[in-house]
Amino acid sequence: MTDAATPTTDARPPKPRPAPVPDHDSAPYWQALHDGKLLVQRCQDCHEAQLYPRDRCLACRGPVAWEEASGRGTVYSFTVIRQNYVRPFRDLIPYVVGLIELEEGPRIMSNVIDCDPDDVQVGMAVRATFEVVSDDAGIALFVPDT
Amino acid sequence: MSSKGRQAVIIGAATSDYPLLPDMSEHAVHGQAADRALADAGLTLADVDGFASTGFFPMYAIGVAEYLGLHPTYYDETHAGGASFEVLAEHAAYAIEAGAVDVVLITYGSVQLSQMGRRLGTGGGGGAAAFAPGPAIYDALWGNTLVGNYALAARRHMHQFGTTAEQLAAVAVTMREHAHSNPQAQERDPITVEDVLSSRLVADPLHKLDCCVISDGGGACVMTTAERAADLDVTPIYVLGAAHATTHAMNLSSMPDLTVSPAAQCGPLAFRRAGIGPADVDVAQLYDSFTITVVLTVEDLGFCAKGDGGAFVDHGGLGLGGRLPTNTDGGGLSACHPGMRGMFLIVEAVRQLRGEGGVTQVPDAKIAVAHGTGGMLSTGATLVLGTEAP
Repeated sequence: MTDAATPTTDARPPKPRPAPVPDHDSAPYWQALHDGKLLVQRCQDCHEAQLYPRDRCLACRGPVAWEEASGRGTVYSFTVIRQNYVRPFRDLIPYVVGLIELEEGPRIMSNVIDCDPDDVQVGMAVRATFEVVSDDAGIALFVPDT
Repeated sequence: MSSKGRQAVIIGAATSDYPLLPDMSEHAVHGQAADRALADAGLTLADVDGFASTGFFPMYAIGVAEYLGLHPTYYDETHAGGASFEVLAEHAAYAIEAGAVDVVLITYGSVQLSQMGRRLGTGGGGGAAAFAPGPAIYDALWGNTLVGNYALAARRHMHQFGTTAEQLAAVAVTMREHAHSNPQAQERDPITVEDVLSSRLVADPLHKLDCCVISDGGGACVMTTAERAADLDVTPIYVLGAAHATTHAMNLSSMPDLTVSPAAQCGPLAFRRAGIGPADVDVAQLYDSFTITVVLTVEDLGFCAKGDGGAFVDHGGLGLGGRLPTNTDGGGLSACHPGMRGMFLIVEAVRQLRGEGGVTQVPDAKIAVAHGTGGMLSTGATLVLGTEAP
């Protein structure tokens, strides 16, 4: 292990992004992302919105239903990753990991892409863009919402 | 801690050799620390009826007990990451005071540096891995690293309170000052704020010198009743109060407020149980995985108001003679961080309260706090220790 932040040259083919393994709680969420939609769960009793997906409402244990989110949100916090030895991410350095506060309320982690990492700011408006990562899952990445 | 009868005390505490142990197994590190802590207490393994430790697979403590040849009738391997050993000591105190056990040995051992290299922070451990079981997957898909999680908290704290990179750096500078007096410390050469800021960024806004070292090492402590201690040639250190808390596990997205750690819950609770307040504390041993960890902790434990942590740690606030002398051994930022540093906090707190702190002894220290932080700011555990019975 070297001390350098810059990865060594790697002749291997690019490694794809990791894909989640859907389970009973999350399968509709990942499938919707695969189909280009970001969902949140809404409690049918207290009407709180939540992510990540769970079997019941976090606030009151009431039943939850899926609803499509606007895909818009703001950057709650972010970091620029400049050292990560794990593929495929080491080939993407530097890249932005952000916590995105969705318009509906829930906060999720993602990458902010399609912009200079130095231009990202807390409070910046972003919107979701989608990437298919397996036969039954996609992910939401975020781009500046100008 | 007890209001009646049995009172839990720490009667032995020691570190193993550190920071580089290429010729020792992980279990041997536990053993070396155990031998030293027991010798410090004037006891042997034959006196031990309770054992606690924790590590990264199930029945870990049971395995260490087997390695040491112990057949304890009390055991505990609660895993709270870096806060584990404060939790184990709290549990041991309750069990001792309840009369369930008489002598508890708590050990920690790690050869992370020798066996894993520097992978924990950015190389696959601690959230950098793509694979994560169950709900841990939600924050595991984005190439975030352990350092990145703390960087997210640092960025938010800066945004909300105007905390500066210079103030964060001041934590690292003070820890290095203390490490300079610790001959075992991994990094001892003095550094300046400018050195921290000019070290490379690992995950903005955290630089390399905002991050702890990665080490081999371990430690151990021995706990019993004040009554038993009176029959031994020891200076008992009293467990005045303790508490622990958690807000989330590996998903930082589930942390309610990135500027408020679990210390905000367990700190006040531990002080209330001890019947004292932050102003009564003479010396602190605070988990310093990263500089931001310390800033959050001094606020959440109530040493200053929320948002004032940057100013509190700046200008030698954590130094000897400062507002709150902290991490007198040099901390995880400079002395030793083998992965779960919580045991080192207890050992150094005991040394200070016994007046064995050497060059970095805080004069007349009577009350110490050891506060562990684990995971992604996920867990907190506070021990309030004192030289006098409550």
